[in-house]
Amino acid sequence: MEKIEARNVDFYYGNFQALKHISMDIPQNKVVAFIGPSGCGKSTFLRLFNRMNDLVPGARLTGEILIDGKNIYAPEVQVDELRKEVGMVFQRPNPFPKSIFENVAYGLKVNGIKDKEFIAHRVEESLKGAALWNEVKDKLGASAYALSGGQQQRLCIARAMAVSPSVLLMDEPASALDPISTAKIEELICEMRNQVTVVIVTHNMQQASRVSDKTAFFYMGEMIEYDDTKVIFTNPHKEATQNYITGRFG
Amino acid sequence: MVKFVDSELEQLKREVSQMWTLVYNQIEQARDAVMGLDRTLAQQVIVRERRVDAFELKIDSDVEDFIALFTPVAVDLRFVLAILKINGDLERIGDYADGIARFIRDAETDVLDQELLEQLQLGAMFSRVLTMLGELQQAFQNENAALATAVLSQDDFLDQINKASSAILADYARNHPDSIPFCLGLGGVFRKLERTGDHLTNIAEEIVFYIDAKVLKHCSLEG
Repeated sequence: MEKIEARNVDFYYGNFQALKHISMDIPQNKVVAFIGPSGCGKSTFLRLFNRMNDLVPGARLTGEILIDGKNIYAPEVQVDELRKEVGMVFQRPNPFPKSIFENVAYGLKVNGIKDKEFIAHRVEESLKGAALWNEVKDKLGASAYALSGGQQQRLCIARAMAVSPSVLLMDEPASALDPISTAKIEELICEMRNQVTVVIVTHNMQQASRVSDKTAFFYMGEMIEYDDTKVIFTNPHKEATQNYITGRFG
Repeated sequence: MVKFVDSELEQLKREVSQMWTLVYNQIEQARDAVMGLDRTLAQQVIVRERRVDAFELKIDSDVEDFIALFTPVAVDLRFVLAILKINGDLERIGDYADGIARFIRDAETDVLDQELLEQLQLGAMFSRVLTMLGELQQAFQNENAALATAVLSQDDFLDQINKASSAILADYARNHPDSIPFCLGLGGVFRKLERTGDHLTNIAEEIVFYIDAKVLKHCSLEG
């Protein structure tokens, strides 16, 4: 079953066409990796899934992006509601200047939930889900800034997961982390696929091959190849894909 | 990254090519040793077998390093996997050359019945093995999957000669009881050449796998 469907998507920053005629289906509860050189449009495409580009001056989209069969760019769609369904984790951990507990509880409170018992339960569940609970359970009131970079990134994942999204977008979530923290994030991604559909942008080829079910290769605004990760990394059908993943791409 | 990965791959290819040439020479000289009952030549083949073994260890180790250091994918991964297997196949072929040479060195006979060798088609069998070895080396060097595939069908000829040899040798041994030990040893040469053909078939399949990502193993040519 398809969770996200892109239909003939073209995207422009002013006169510059950043994405060209992209159509793809992202299946539910799978991890899909976007790879490609810098500036190829993979992050731009990712950010379309929760309308992060809406506020970019001159940004314009044609085509359709459907989540659960509904066009998320339809006039009646509330962006706040969309973002409850589609969470996002960025390259650099961006905790709020609040306590660990408040960071995770933030989304719930913004959504009007006042039941303290429920919030405490969701915070614990989310931190456990992000494999952070054991490390922070005795200092939930401490500042999120007191955590290490890897812990902060897992806190951001817990924060995103607290509102129970069905899609999680990750834009190079481990590129600023050491190998141990990276391994934890990758393990989390693999576990989270039971609950959410994950779309991850990464420059790390091994990371894409380790965690994803399907991989899409982008180049100069076009999606060159999209297939099962195993196919992309053992026998890609397009020469450009092979050149990129084997490091022969200038 | 590109340049040094490519140079590592080139180096691996060069090493395999050198080993290939060495193994080719081993089979060729094993043939000359058998056909001419040349014990000196046989001894040289036996001594050189250590070089074949050394090549195998070196290539194994280099492939292991390459995988560990460069985590190859796609065509690079297929290339090093193919090299790893071709390396093993070439080493086994080297063992057969060594085995044939040992048989000649230790044979207790001074004269070879040329008529028997002709009837057995031993010379033709050696020639076919050498042709296959040479063509596969060319296919590997030039990344020519079609040439590698063409070599596959040549193995049948080796199987036929090997199959026919048992009856011819049994018949000859019945008529020349003194030559029974030699006939038994000569039967071993045919079996070794037949097995060499099997390894050459494997090599052809590995070359096709590397170039075209097609798995030909356990697929009959007839389809």
